[in-house]
Amino acid sequence: MPATRAAPATKAARKPAAAKTNLPVTPPATFTKEQELEAYRIMLLIRRFEEKSGQMYGMGLIGGFCHLYIGQEAVVTGMQMASKEGDAVITGYRDHGHMLACGMAAKGVLAELTGRRGGLSKGKGGSMHMFSKEKHFYGGHGIVGAQVSLGTGLAFAHKYRGNDNVSLTYFGDGASNQGQVYESFNMAELWKLPVVYVIENNRYAMGTAVTRASAQTDFSRRGISFNIPGEQVDGMDVRAVKAAADKAIAWCRAGNGPYILEMQTYRYRGHSMSDPAKYRTREEVQKVRDESDPIEMVRNRILAQKFAGEDDLKKIDADVRNIVNEAAEFATSDPEPDPSELYTDILVES
Amino acid sequence: MPVNILMPALSPTMEEGKLAKWLKKPGDAIKSGDVLAEIETDKATMEVEAVDEGVLSKILVPEGTENVKVNTPIAVIAGDVEDATASAGSEERAESAPPVVAPAAQSTGAPASAPAIPAAPKSAAPADAEIPAGTNMVTMTVREALRDAMAEEMRRDADVFVMGEEVAEYQGAYKVTQGLLQEFGAKRVIDTPITEHGFAGIGVGAAMAGLKPIVEFMTFNFAMQAIDQIVNSAAKTLYMSGGQMGCPIVFRGPNGAAARVAAQHSQDYAAWYSNIPGLKVVSPYSAADAKGLLKSAIRDPNPIIFLENEIMYGQSFEVPEIADYLVPIGKAKVARSGKDVTIVTWSIGMRYALNAAAELEKEGIDVEVIDLRTIRPMDTATIVESVKKTGRCITIEEGYPQSGVGAEIAARLMTEAFDYLDAPVIRITGKDVPMPYAANLEKLALPSIAEIVAAAKAVLYR
Ligand SMILES: Cc1ncc(C[n+]2csc(CCOP(=O)(O)OP(=O)(O)O)c2C)c(N)n1
Ligand SMILES: [Mg+2]
Repeated sequence: MPATRAAPATKAARKPAAAKTNLPVTPPATFTKEQELEAYRIMLLIRRFEEKSGQMYGMGLIGGFCHLYIGQEAVVTGMQMASKEGDAVITGYRDHGHMLACGMAAKGVLAELTGRRGGLSKGKGGSMHMFSKEKHFYGGHGIVGAQVSLGTGLAFAHKYRGNDNVSLTYFGDGASNQGQVYESFNMAELWKLPVVYVIENNRYAMGTAVTRASAQTDFSRRGISFNIPGEQVDGMDVRAVKAAADKAIAWCRAGNGPYILEMQTYRYRGHSMSDPAKYRTREEVQKVRDESDPIEMVRNRILAQKFAGEDDLKKIDADVRNIVNEAAEFATSDPEPDPSELYTDILVES
Repeated sequence: MPVNILMPALSPTMEEGKLAKWLKKPGDAIKSGDVLAEIETDKATMEVEAVDEGVLSKILVPEGTENVKVNTPIAVIAGDVEDATASAGSEERAESAPPVVAPAAQSTGAPASAPAIPAAPKSAAPADAEIPAGTNMVTMTVREALRDAMAEEMRRDADVFVMGEEVAEYQGAYKVTQGLLQEFGAKRVIDTPITEHGFAGIGVGAAMAGLKPIVEFMTFNFAMQAIDQIVNSAAKTLYMSGGQMGCPIVFRGPNGAAARVAAQHSQDYAAWYSNIPGLKVVSPYSAADAKGLLKSAIRDPNPIIFLENEIMYGQSFEVPEIADYLVPIGKAKVARSGKDVTIVTWSIGMRYALNAAAELEKEGIDVEVIDLRTIRPMDTATIVESVKKTGRCITIEEGYPQSGVGAEIAARLMTEAFDYLDAPVIRITGKDVPMPYAANLEKLALPSIAEIVAAAKAVLYR
């Protein structure tokens, strides 16, 4: 299958030049009422879920590392709105939002965070390592950058099987500097693999600002030497994400090879729960929250366009809180795994 | 409805902290995400964010208070009536009915971490030959000892530099390089991107050119990205160049299980690196050894793997106040003398060993504990000497059993002390499974004091 080198036909469909400015090339999508409300609901679910996780961590119910997605909700929400059944999703350790957006049950995710038997990985994986075969969610990976090659492999499998599904491979601005990212880029373009590389540029990798770690801070251009097209996207606006995702996914489905989307986003909370918060100012965080919060943005649009009233939104809020509270109830009452589970799932028993 | 704000546990090993500063005052309106206060631990300053909406009605712990235990109520938020149904209600429920089944270790806010193994008791250690009698001792943490070792060697030799992720501006992910950037500047204390394979190779190249890099891995789990450069380039160059070109480099960072960080972040690499000719593998337990061995490692003309342990960073020990304190690489230490059974271990394994020894003493069993300190080259002589006396040996490591360091020790004893052994060597190891996340399973996956006590009785046929 690697022998399927770029045929002349594919070459003829020459791609658009990679973005050279900081402006998104694709204009934001126009959302219907249903789409705005759907986006609002998913993003709010992620936000409330993450707030609850943070709170439960503080109470000692969740241990180890716990990386919250608060602030970045529009990225995975817009991407999922553009994907279809069978598309594979893979990401790093900041994964709770991706799982919820893939339709994995809040109960199962939260019970995994508390390490209980009803968790998605039976309590064995924890916050950073969760999977769902049913939802085509391939993890949940703790090693920065590892998911990029894996996601490229998921695309390889789609192409090998001859289906038109794509792989949505998410990674951070920090992960973008790992060597295997470029090894993957090269093979993905060489073999025309249907993978959308979604770079979630939240401006920091732990305490390192992008400018302190990256020689090229326009991540949409990271594929240029491999001829992979890319563009920068306002990752705080779910409509912009959706429009760029539509374009990138269509490109991949048509057999043109990979596509890079740099999502310009922001993480409100610390890197994990323990964070010295000395590498950026409180004002910087507040400014993003006040001026470009992805949920507020949708909320304001819904109200302005009279897609729904305050009361309707309150009802959505209440529904979401119910889901999260039920999940918390389950995640604190479900028992820990049976001790015998220590020795299961190491190898497939034959 | 009023909601208590509790002192949060913001790291897996945090038990208490200082309430450094209040950023809100009673009467202030609070919304989700507002920073309420700053707290400090030995590692970091952190912000407490509100998850509830309402009004800050009361501050229960004034700013400046030290040693505030995790989960202590620190303030009260009064929610307004509407919020009480929409938001505060749920939080309140979670709080007034704390999760019943939460395992005991979790409700303390220090989930199933090292607290499972208490800090080691002071033991009847034989006088330390490396420390002259009458030397003044100072108490410091392992973290400080490591930092001091690097700082002293950097003052002494301009070719020594440190690089790694978050080592400079952030002051180290685990604060081991605290203050180094301030003293030595950005030329010698270098933040790298997240590119382990690349910067490990850059370190090896710089060492081949004669510089003396200290390469910090945020944890050794991430050194797997770089292991080709460590094994194929650093370890083999001297041999392949017929002795012309060595590689004076130290790869250091925390190794082994931390607490609740699961399979990809909890692995012990002692056995892995100890398999490789051309490397030296060092892994200290006490702060004094951490300091003296790291200084020796930096001066050593060979590639050194220096395995630290996150849980040990905050532990305090006596460190000799000696201007240039060096501990030789390749020498084990008898940390506790005894006559009935020998326990051989290193690093955090010492905590298990000394606790088990104290336990066994109550039952009249006199344990000798050997702190290996260097895994490669291994000080077989010290182990054999001890086993000649006790006739029994137990090894402890958190790593996997197959081809582990314990297996190597057992093999050496078989060839070098067979006639002195009165019982088979027993290996206490991490279980043969990836590290699980769940608190109860994690505890089962690690060695336990009970297992060591049982092993001691078994080799003594009691
Ligand atoms: C190979 C590897 N190196 C280092 C780490 C430690 N680490 C975890 S997350 C992280 C920062 C990653 O930043 P980025 O890719 O920007 O993602 P973000 O956390 O911002 O979502 C680091 C250094 C790791 N998990 N794996
Ligand atoms: Mg980032």
